[in-house]
Parts: sequence; C-alpha cells; structure tokens
Amino acid sequence: MSLALSLPETDSRLAKVTARDVNVHYAEKHALKHVDLDIRSNEVTALIGPSGCGKSTFLRCVNRMNDMIENCRVTGLLTLDGDDVYDRKIDVVQLRARVGMVFQKPNPFPKSIYDNVAYGPRIHGMARDQGELDEIVMTSLERAGLLAEVKDRLLEAGTGLSGGQQQRLCIARAIAVAPEVILMDEPCSALDPIATAKVEELIDELRENFTIVIVTHSMQQAARVSQRTAFFHLGELVEVGDTEQIFTNPQHPLTQGYITGRFG
Amino acid sequence: MTEMVEKSVARTATDTAAARLKRRYAAERRFKAYGIVAIALALGFLATLLITVFSNGATAFVQTEMRLDVTFDASEMGLGDDRSPDALAGANYLAVVKNAIYARFPEVEGRSARRELAAMLSNGADITLRDLVQDDPSVIGTTRPVWMIASDDVDMAIKGHIPRTPGTDGARLSDQQLGWLEALEQSGAVELKFNTLLFTTGDSREPELAGLWGAIVGSFFSLSITLMVCFPLGVATAVYLEEFAPKNRWTDLIEVNINNLAAVPSVVFGLLGLAIFLNFFGMPRSAPLVGGLVLALISLPTIIIAGRAALKAVPPSIREAAMGLGASRLQVVTDHVLPLAMPGILTGTILGMAHALGETAPLLMIGMVAFIVDIPGSPFDPAAVLPVQVYLWADSPERAFVERTSAAIIVLLFFLAAMNLAAILLRKKFERRW
Ligand SMILES: Nc1ncnc2c1ncn2[C@@H]1O[C@H](COP(=O)(O)OP(=O)(O)OP(=O)(O)O)[C@@H](O)[C@H]1O
Ligand SMILES: [Mg+2]
Repeated sequence: MSLALSLPETDSRLAKVTARDVNVHYAEKHALKHVDLDIRSNEVTALIGPSGCGKSTFLRCVNRMNDMIENCRVTGLLTLDGDDVYDRKIDVVQLRARVGMVFQKPNPFPKSIYDNVAYGPRIHGMARDQGELDEIVMTSLERAGLLAEVKDRLLEAGTGLSGGQQQRLCIARAIAVAPEVILMDEPCSALDPIATAKVEELIDELRENFTIVIVTHSMQQAARVSQRTAFFHLGELVEVGDTEQIFTNPQHPLTQGYITGRFG
Repeated sequence: MTEMVEKSVARTATDTAAARLKRRYAAERRFKAYGIVAIALALGFLATLLITVFSNGATAFVQTEMRLDVTFDASEMGLGDDRSPDALAGANYLAVVKNAIYARFPEVEGRSARRELAAMLSNGADITLRDLVQDDPSVIGTTRPVWMIASDDVDMAIKGHIPRTPGTDGARLSDQQLGWLEALEQSGAVELKFNTLLFTTGDSREPELAGLWGAIVGSFFSLSITLMVCFPLGVATAVYLEEFAPKNRWTDLIEVNINNLAAVPSVVFGLLGLAIFLNFFGMPRSAPLVGGLVLALISLPTIIIAGRAALKAVPPSIREAAMGLGASRLQVVTDHVLPLAMPGILTGTILGMAHALGETAPLLMIGMVAFIVDIPGSPFDPAAVLPVQVYLWADSPERAFVERTSAAIIVLLFFLAAMNLAAILLRKKFERRW
C-alpha cells in the first residue's frame, strides 16, 4: 500500500492512455476541465462520480466518438501508446479498431448472432477465409462467456437474446476486432445481478489481454472489478488512485462524501 | 357535531368527484362519436366514388358483337390468285363485311337504307376478318359464321344506355335499325363478349375500337424513367443530407427548399419541363421520356422526405455500435443504416410512384395530351398515359366514351391499388426478417 502511494501518478512507462489538460466543451458548456489521467496497461480503471460529471464524455474522447457530436470541442493532449489521438494524421477508423467500446444499453445489430460478431473482423479484413472468421467468432463468444448459451442458434437474431446475453454479445463483438483498449460505459446498468456477475467475471478475465476503462455508478462494482479508480466531480478529476486506497482511505473530502453515499 | 360536518364535506367531495367522472366519460364518448362519424363520412365518400365508377364502367369490359355469315369471296376482296401476306393485308375486307350484312337482310334495298344497315357494324369490323384470313388463308372461298364488333350506338342500345323504343328523343338508332337489331337479337346473333380490344389497342375516334393498351404502355415507360431517375437521386440526397452533410445554414436552406418543392403545384413542374426538356434540350414532344423526367421532378421531394424520415428512424445506437467497431462513415451507412431504412424508403418511393401514375396536369403541359393511336415502342415515341387517357375520353361526346372513361379509371385505380399493395408487401417482407 505504501508502495502504491509512493508511485508517481504520471508513470508513463505503464500508461496505455494518457490525458494531459484535456478540456471538452459542448457549445458553451465546459463539460470536462483540465483532466490529467493515466490509464495503465492490463488494468481495469473505474471512472466514478455523480451523474453529469463528465465520465462518459471522457470515455468518448479516447476513441473520438465525440467527433460525431456537432458542437463538441476537445482540447489538450490525449495519447494512445504515446501517439496523439487527436493528431490530424491519425485515422479515426483505425483508432476505433484499437480502442473498442461497449455501451450502456446493449445495442446488437439487427443481424444474426454470428454476423454481429463477424462484422468487425470482416470490415478490418482480419480473416483470410471463412474458417478463420468462424474461429474468431467462436473464440470471441467463448471469451465473452456466451458460446455455451448460443452455439446452437448462431444464425438467429442477436436482438432476440435476453438483455444480459445481448450485453455479452456486444462485448464479444468488441473483443472480436482484438482492440488494445476496451471502453465500457455503464455496461451493467441494464442487467440483473446474475448477468452483472457474469459480466464482472468476464471483465476480470479480459484484463489479462486488454486495457479496460469502465464507467460505473455502483461503488461495489468499482471495488470488485477495478485496480484503479478515478473520481470525477463537475467536470473535474478530483482524485485518482488504487481502488483499495480510494475506497479505504480517500484523500479528498468530496471523494469521501461520494463513496460513503453522502451525496451523488 | 364536528363528525356531521366532516361527513357532509366528505359527501360533497365524492359528489363533485362523481360529477367530474361523469363529465370525463361523456367527453370521451363524445370524442369517440366524432371519430366514428368522421370515418363513416370518409368511407361513405369512398364508397360513393367506387360505386359510381364501377357501375358506370363495368359494362365497358364487355362489347356487343354480331354473328353474320361471311362469304370470303376472293374476287370481292380484290385478291385474285395472290395469297402473299402483302396482298392479304391489303385486301378489301370492308366489301365482304357489307355483303355479309346485306345478305342477312336481303329485303333491304336502296343506298341510304343499306348505308344505315352497314352502320350497325363497327368501322373496325373488317379488321376481325383480316386477322382471321391472315391467320388461316384457307378460309378464302368459304362461307362461315363470324362474330364482328357492333357499332358503338348498337352497343349502347344493347347495354341499355340509350333508349330502344322507336321514336324516342335521344335514340341514336333509326326505327329501321332498331327493327334489324331486334331481328338479329331474336336469332341469337347478338351477344356481349369480353372486350379484348380495350386491353390490346391504342386510342381511337371510334369508342368501340378505342383501347387502353397504348396508355398503359405509355404509363409504364414514363414510370420506369421516373423510377430510374428519382430513386437513386432521392436516396443519395436523403443519405447525404441525413448522414454526411454538416448542419449549417446552407444545408438548412436546402432542407427548407426541398420541403417547399414538395408543396409546389405540379403544373409548375410541367412548365419547367416544357421550358427545359422540350425547348432547351429539344427532347421529343409527347414522349414518355420527358413525361418520366417531369414526374421524377415531382416525386423527388416526396422520396427525399420519406427517405430522410426512414433514415432518422434508425436508432442512433446502431450507428454508434458500428462506429465503435471502426466502421467508416460509408460502411455505417451501407452496412447498417440503409438496410434498416430500406423498407421505409421503398414504401415512400412506391407511394411517390403511385402519385406520379395519377399525375395529369404537368403532362398536358409537355404535350402528352395528343391523340395517339399507335402503341409506343420505346420511351421516345409519342404516347398517352392512363390519367391523360381518362381526361381525353371524358372530353369525348359519344355516350360510349362515358363508360370507357369509367373503365379507364377502374384500370388506373387497379394499378394504384396494386402499387399500394406492393408497398405493404415489401414492408412486411423486410420487417419479418427480424
Ligand atoms: N451531446 C451533448 N451536448 C451538450 N451537452 C452535453 C452532451 N453530452 C453531455 N453533455 C453535458 O456534459 C456534461 C457531462 O456529461 P456526461 O454524459 O459525460 O456525464 P456522465 O458523467 O456520463 O453522467 P451519467 O453518469 O449520468 O452518464 C453534462 O452536464 C451534460 O449535460
Ligand atoms: Mg454517462
């Protein structure tokens, strides 16, 4: 614990994604203010904070999903493996292949389960033939813990699955393109406790191969799945540290208030 | 004491509540009644329209024919020994027709009486004989019974549209003709048969020879051109505006203008077509090519608006999902958004086409109102279209054209219904996939 505390906050050797003085404006609204944050490789980083504090906004900066929003302006430096994400030379399509995303509401394509997972590998030309594609689909479903439930109905509609199955399908779809970072925006908010437990278990396994950032409103979930936790408040990053430290010994009174449930 | 006061207060409270409830139920019942009355009225109008059209037009699908013993006399036909196709096509069948009816009523003599007798047959009766001989030249030299088309006046009299009592006002047939008709009918030589000419020929000055096929083919060519022009253009515009265009003052302006175009009276588009396609580009008059282009201008806004609505209805989460996987903007559109929006776009397109099928005014502007007998062989030939044919026939004075107008309307309505049905089926088919 003392060792963790003594580590410098900006240890860029371990950082997969770094944010330096990142600001986001939606038209006049200053939604994210001077955020400095490192996200380390092969760790789960949880983003917590009250509603509207800018967690999703930060997440969407990393894979530039904010580009789609008309009046959204991002300034500051965001890097992935040391490369500026907002550099003109960066190809957004390739960036998003490296940084996958799982959304709050399960959003499978209205296609078959197989095609849902196969879509990413197909557009990125990851499989040379049908056999390889089958292989990718099967392993992705397997790793998402869904294969056993759907292997007899791969050609049925993905939208016909239960909510929890759909969310795991979305996770399978995200990992099928072999991203380096997976961003998850409240992936369990639409799920029951059993499905949530399954997804959490899955996140823990995925940590071996991927860097994961997860937004969550559940303190317990943050404590269970993450190694590091960042607390946001009104667009500012208030505190970031090892999960254990944040939950047992928060440095900032705001953090303390939030995790003990006094506000938010 | 206080208890009593409380009780009365409680009672008044429930009383007002009950009254309010009653008022609410009454309001709901009233609203429902309005709705039912409105629907009943609309259905009533529709039923009146359909009943009028069908009762007027149904008889046009049959045509009076007369059976006469025809002697195919080679010398009367001016044929000699020549049996070449050219000679057969150019032979004098009219003489044979006349001889046949003179032979049926040998007692009739004198030029004017004989002319009246021959007038009971259609001017086109000889065509029946020509077809017969061309099919089988061996009939030449024989005598055989042949069903031939009666004139429109006889047709109308048989169908009961004009009076048959001799001497009445408005009787288009003379007393003599009515007598002959009576005699023919009694010998079973007059019958109503299916009116094939209506579906095989083009327009004609003679109602009994006038057909819709020319107009159907013309409409088909026009709508094909319309579809080929406005479907790709409309879909591309809708996709660009909805998925790619930046939201700024220019795109706002374009959007407003497209919406306004949908409200521009169609005659204006006709004038535009006249000025641009005919006068400037010098395209052929009365041709389905120009008609189709003008109709494309008219249905383009409809298709764009329907297409945009269909694209908007695709949930944004689908776009985000595809984007998040690293699909390019074009891939998002072609792989996900467009397929999901297709049923809506197709429905909008078919409804736009149905609208175009019924358009008349702009086509009058570009000269598609000409009297055209020939069946168009390509979109470049002069042609009529169905609604213009209705307009032309409605303008003709003959009684027989009244029922044919209704028949043309029935055919037009049939195509419209078929297109709407296609829209519904397409929708169902695409929806059922998931
Ligand atoms: N598209 C947008 N246009 C304008 N303002 C936005 C937009 N998206 C978010 N905001 C604003 O930015 C702020 C941060 O929003 P964000 O979605 O990041 O919050 P959040 O922390 O994810 O909240 P929640 O926990 O409720 O999801 C909010 O005040 C919100 O109103
Ligand atoms: Mg959020």
